[in-house]
Amino acid sequence: MMKKQNLISLYKKLILIRLTEEAIALKYQEREIRCPVHLSIGQEAIAVGVCENLKKDDIVYSTHRCHAHYIAKGGDLNRMMAEIYGKVTGCAKGRGGSMHLVDLEAGFWGATPIVGNSLPVALGVAFANKLKGNKKAVAVFIGDGTAEEGVFHECLNFAVLHKLPILFVCENNLFSVYTHLKERQHTRPIYKIAEAHGMEAYQKDGNDILEVYKISSSIIDHIRKGQGPAFLEFMTYRHREHCGPFYDDQLGYRDQKEVKYWLKKDPVTNFKKYLLDHKVILETEMEKIKKEAMGKITRALDFAKKSKFPKQEKDFRKLIYAK
Amino acid sequence: MQSNTYTKAMNEALDSCLKKDKSVFVIGLGVPDPKGVFGATSGLRKKYGPKRVMDMPVSENALTGVCIGAAINGMRPVLTHQRVDFSLLALDQVINNAAKWYYMFGNQQSVPMVIKLTVGMGWGQGPQHSQNLQTLYAHIPGLKVVAPATPRDAKGLIISAIEDNNPVIFIDHRWLHETFGPVPEDHYKVPIGKANVIKKGSDITIVSTSYMIIETMKALNLLNELGIKPEVVDLRTLKPLDEKTIFNSVKKTGRLLVTDLSHREFGVAAEIISRVSENPKIKLLTSPQRITAPDFPAPSSPALSEHYYPRYTDIALKVVEMLEADKDRLAKLIAKDKESNKIPHDVPDDRFMGPF
Repeated sequence: MMKKQNLISLYKKLILIRLTEEAIALKYQEREIRCPVHLSIGQEAIAVGVCENLKKDDIVYSTHRCHAHYIAKGGDLNRMMAEIYGKVTGCAKGRGGSMHLVDLEAGFWGATPIVGNSLPVALGVAFANKLKGNKKAVAVFIGDGTAEEGVFHECLNFAVLHKLPILFVCENNLFSVYTHLKERQHTRPIYKIAEAHGMEAYQKDGNDILEVYKISSSIIDHIRKGQGPAFLEFMTYRHREHCGPFYDDQLGYRDQKEVKYWLKKDPVTNFKKYLLDHKVILETEMEKIKKEAMGKITRALDFAKKSKFPKQEKDFRKLIYAK
Repeated sequence: MQSNTYTKAMNEALDSCLKKDKSVFVIGLGVPDPKGVFGATSGLRKKYGPKRVMDMPVSENALTGVCIGAAINGMRPVLTHQRVDFSLLALDQVINNAAKWYYMFGNQQSVPMVIKLTVGMGWGQGPQHSQNLQTLYAHIPGLKVVAPATPRDAKGLIISAIEDNNPVIFIDHRWLHETFGPVPEDHYKVPIGKANVIKKGSDITIVSTSYMIIETMKALNLLNELGIKPEVVDLRTLKPLDEKTIFNSVKKTGRLLVTDLSHREFGVAAEIISRVSENPKIKLLTSPQRITAPDFPAPSSPALSEHYYPRYTDIALKVVEMLEADKDRLAKLIAKDKESNKIPHDVPDDRFMGPF
């Protein structure tokens, strides 16, 4: 079994992400958050299990569903919330919104909301790391839909060709908006594509945080040793709608049996149970952790709401061109 | 001062930058091959090694993203495509990422990279090997677009582009590659965003760029014989556009003709004419005109391409029309000129044997 300290660290991040997302879902309905939000509720274990194995100066890239990755990598919560609220104190000064989170200091170098779009950029960062000869690892989060993009195949080829220090993390939540994977891809598993390109690739249960942590730990070690790129496909499920704060199963696009199956596999509930069953932590300690997280979230919301909106600059040229 | 071809000037610029700055690397299909991207990259691999001068998989989109990532992470990549047309596979990365990164993440990281594109023309290149898409790139905030016409500017603008902290689209025209001109030997910069008045004149302003400068200067030989003295502005940079130089010239001449090989609709010429028309301080003596490629794809057959591209004769005719000068005399001059100059229309000069 992992050390108590490590298990608690995983739990703290997991619960912080879950509670942050739930708070955003609630606040969204006040109509002060005026940008699309893609909540990661149900998928948090992957972000935490992977990022817990990364160092501060390792680099992460993400997608439209980026809140969990940002928080798991240690991104500043106040600036994230301010960004979602469109404030000048936001991590992208209010220009990017929820889908363009960034925190350079934390090694979260950016998220972009076009399928497969941040993937080659992450690869280029890994390429430069290799050219410069440093030991930093890069992890890039993608979804199952990315495997349908041409750029995905181009990137896997290039990563192997140059033996780049990058981890591809595919969160397979079975859906691209409302369209099931089986309507978009042949039945072969996604990780097999990466394997065929010649890299280490595995498929694991993305809702089991310990399994995510364990495989990530060994595979990131492999990357750090200069043994080339690796690919992890994690099976998971989003609880709520593709974009927005609500549940949308009244639309009937998901099989109710499937929904029930995955809700039972909720990563937060199950990890809580694991920690209590194995007496890693007492219920009272758990409550304390939750309270601390709620405190952080309340402060972040307060920071976001009290922050000023950005002003429209007259000379827009200096905003789009670097000196 | 040494005299060199346009291609050799580009080669010198890349060489000079690779030598000066360890973060520069050159990547593209065929970069280290025996042809060396029409000679622009010849000999560089031998000098700087495979980690700085490299070939790439046929993955334009991913490799553009890779260069963006490398640029964000401290490198200065130069990515080459042997045709403008091939860069279209990478529009997602160019437009959604390279152009916007600096803005959309709150001015924290910029993308200092160069995408070098070659425009094809003639020898049957056809619809997908000879597009002039400078307008497409010049439309996008966050990009800079340069298209030099002379060897001296080619070298100086590649150096400026590589040293710039933003993504720069560098466009060279295939028919400029073998042109010859003075090129300083040192490491020098031609500023991005500055046009150049390459011929002083008083009767009309001809704004032009890239290969169309060659055709414009040929037209000047005819026009000068008619006593017409046009002023020629070589844009060199399309974005950011040097309005000031254009305005100053048109204020003086009162007439404007723009020649550019992009399509007519929504093109470079349309933009320049708009800017001049919007300026209340400029009073034009006659309506501004443009000479561009037509609004259909470039055909392959020499029988069709002969009529596709506007040439120096079209420019001369348009100027004479705008000035209400002697059309008949011009017709005679053109006839004489054609008699003494029998190079086929689909090659830049007699030596050109294709294949691309």
